[in-house]
Amino acid sequence: MLNADFKELKKKADGLWDRLNSGKEHWIRIGSDLSGQSAGSDAVVSRFEHEIAQKGLKAIVTEVGTLGLCFAEPLVDIVSPNMSRAVYGNVKPEDVTSIVESHLINGVLLKELLIGVFGTNGDGDLSDIFQHPMLKDQLRIVLRNAGHVEPGNVNHYLANDGYAALYKVLNTMTPEEVCEDILKSGLRGRGGAAFPTGTKWKFLAGSKSSPKYVLVNCEEGDPGAFNDKTILDSDPHSLLEGLIICGYATGASKGYIFIRHGHNSPINRSWRAIDEAYEVGILGPDIFGSGFGFDVEVSLTGDSYIAGEETALMESIEGKRAMPRYRPPFPAQSGLFGKPTNINNVKTLSYVPQIMLNGWEWFSDIGYEKSKGTAILCLSGHLKYTGLVEVPFGITLRHLIDDIGGGSSTDNPIKLLQTGGPLGGVISNEKFDVLLDFEAMSEAGAILGSGGIVAADSEISVVDLTRSIIAFCQYESCGKCFPCRTGMSHLLEILERICAGNGSSQDIELMRLVGTTMQAGSLCGHGQLGFNPVSSALQYFGAEFEDMIAGANRDNGLNATWYSPLRTRR
Amino acid sequence: MPQCVREKVDLALKSQRQHTITVLSCLLAVQDAFGHIPEECIDQIAKFTRSTVNDVWGVITFYTNFSVEPPGEHILEVCWGTTCHILGAMDIAKTVLEEIGLKNEGTSLDGQVTVRFNTCLGACANAPVVSVDHKLEGRMTPDQAKIILGKIKNVVAEELDVER
Repeated sequence: MLNADFKELKKKADGLWDRLNSGKEHWIRIGSDLSGQSAGSDAVVSRFEHEIAQKGLKAIVTEVGTLGLCFAEPLVDIVSPNMSRAVYGNVKPEDVTSIVESHLINGVLLKELLIGVFGTNGDGDLSDIFQHPMLKDQLRIVLRNAGHVEPGNVNHYLANDGYAALYKVLNTMTPEEVCEDILKSGLRGRGGAAFPTGTKWKFLAGSKSSPKYVLVNCEEGDPGAFNDKTILDSDPHSLLEGLIICGYATGASKGYIFIRHGHNSPINRSWRAIDEAYEVGILGPDIFGSGFGFDVEVSLTGDSYIAGEETALMESIEGKRAMPRYRPPFPAQSGLFGKPTNINNVKTLSYVPQIMLNGWEWFSDIGYEKSKGTAILCLSGHLKYTGLVEVPFGITLRHLIDDIGGGSSTDNPIKLLQTGGPLGGVISNEKFDVLLDFEAMSEAGAILGSGGIVAADSEISVVDLTRSIIAFCQYESCGKCFPCRTGMSHLLEILERICAGNGSSQDIELMRLVGTTMQAGSLCGHGQLGFNPVSSALQYFGAEFEDMIAGANRDNGLNATWYSPLRTRR
Repeated sequence: MPQCVREKVDLALKSQRQHTITVLSCLLAVQDAFGHIPEECIDQIAKFTRSTVNDVWGVITFYTNFSVEPPGEHILEVCWGTTCHILGAMDIAKTVLEEIGLKNEGTSLDGQVTVRFNTCLGACANAPVVSVDHKLEGRMTPDQAKIILGKIKNVVAEELDVER
């Protein structure tokens, strides 16, 4: 194993990066994260490779993550000699020939497909991509490299401030100082619970037993959330650096990146980052000659939403049924394999390198009151601009939806947002002045959760939507404790009854009764929060439920096609 | 169990790249190699992981991706998550199931296509999403789904031709 010399590594990486950006050769970056793939990036990549080979051009094609403008995927970003760096959107395989002809061979931008250029280069009629409504008000800390660097390529990351924070921390700071800085920065967990990260780290640091583990949660089974997967898909080294720093600060020796199987590109790109970090000695027994050693591996789980709950996650890494454990003992005392363990979300750890590099004061100046920094949000549903955005806390939901999200994509106005995943809630458009803030959103009945924001227009039946969400919660209940197991089934039964036009006047009260029992008696968050989708829907759209029960709107429910999976875990 | 199956299972179990080998990791490796968990190898997995047959069955029946039944030639997953639901996943599911002649999840009678609902395929920004043999296809419509099914059937027909 190499004893990595940071300055040597950085120098080499800078050289490689500068050459790519020098414009001597065309550099074509194609967004091929999960969103890009779903829009057909694979075919665009192979078409470019084919055209370049056929025409004998000097060009490098790189698959990258996403700039976040997922609605316009596949995105093709080209650096060419003497031209502005240009981004083309909605590129189909059949468009590739004209892009190659016009941009690569003739040096002329293809305006029909152009989304924007980086910098305006004095040419007034070219739009700066950062003036795009979706990008204009963003503050990209975690996503700073997304779409720019080749995911997992250690040189690309090193050339973009990568591992500078780790080098600084290992050389100049004690573990206690790192924990203290993270605490003072105000960073809170981005997985949903919003617990202060520094406090969590101190719990583990204070535990005397060894070995200690750090687990990265990228289970992300929430429908509507794809930010964790996209970070690994776009810039896995940011997470890896944060993870190693966390290991140093807490005295842990091993990290696990926990991902659901089947999401192949985030998995493969994480492995690539790990492999390349080992190759240059950034992982291993003696990082940068500091004497501190750390190992990381990817751990895969099967299909189970509950495996994202922190104690169920440990069961899953141990290879068992992902059922939550009783607490106490808490993970910091007895976690994975009975050893002290800390669990953080991908987003949380990905902030750490920039915080350590720029100082905790810098981070704590961003955001709003107790919600420091930025929120990484997945915009989807009936919006014009869907995708991944990173915005400072404290903006209004209205600004997020109308400007950054571009407003409704249909002829109908946005009626509600479903936030925080299936255990979050809905928030009606009359509340869109609520600030993007952990506390303010909880008060409004919809938690921020892991950052999924699904917009629905006025044609959507809230009762049908609630049935869909509760069907998910029922399907994913692990079955360990009965309030959740039977409660979820009971809620679904009632909602299916209402949708089928057979609701009774007592059904709403019955749902409340079941829901409050689940809140009070369930072992983990799945059951405790499982009534949220119903209670928030009743809070804002109670009349829709009552109308459907009374028969006034019965067709709405009756005509909606409905399937639910036959497979269950029982 | 035929020797070749035993050897294929053995290879799958031994070529896992992570250090932490568990019942779950072994099952994922076997499922990747075979497309399902052949029942006759459950004993082998139990021995390999020094656990019991009961432990292995416990894990298989918990995670909904595992199946002891071989799937069809092709797997079509229809995303059933919140965003896809709002943008019309149910209509896509309906079209797909009608085209194949199924009432719900399952495998077509001719064994060509297995249809499953997936709780989230992870490309919500381009919803509705389906996946065909684990390749994502976003911005789906019922008509587009019909085209995809048509392609699958042609592919199967071509494969059969080759075999003949």
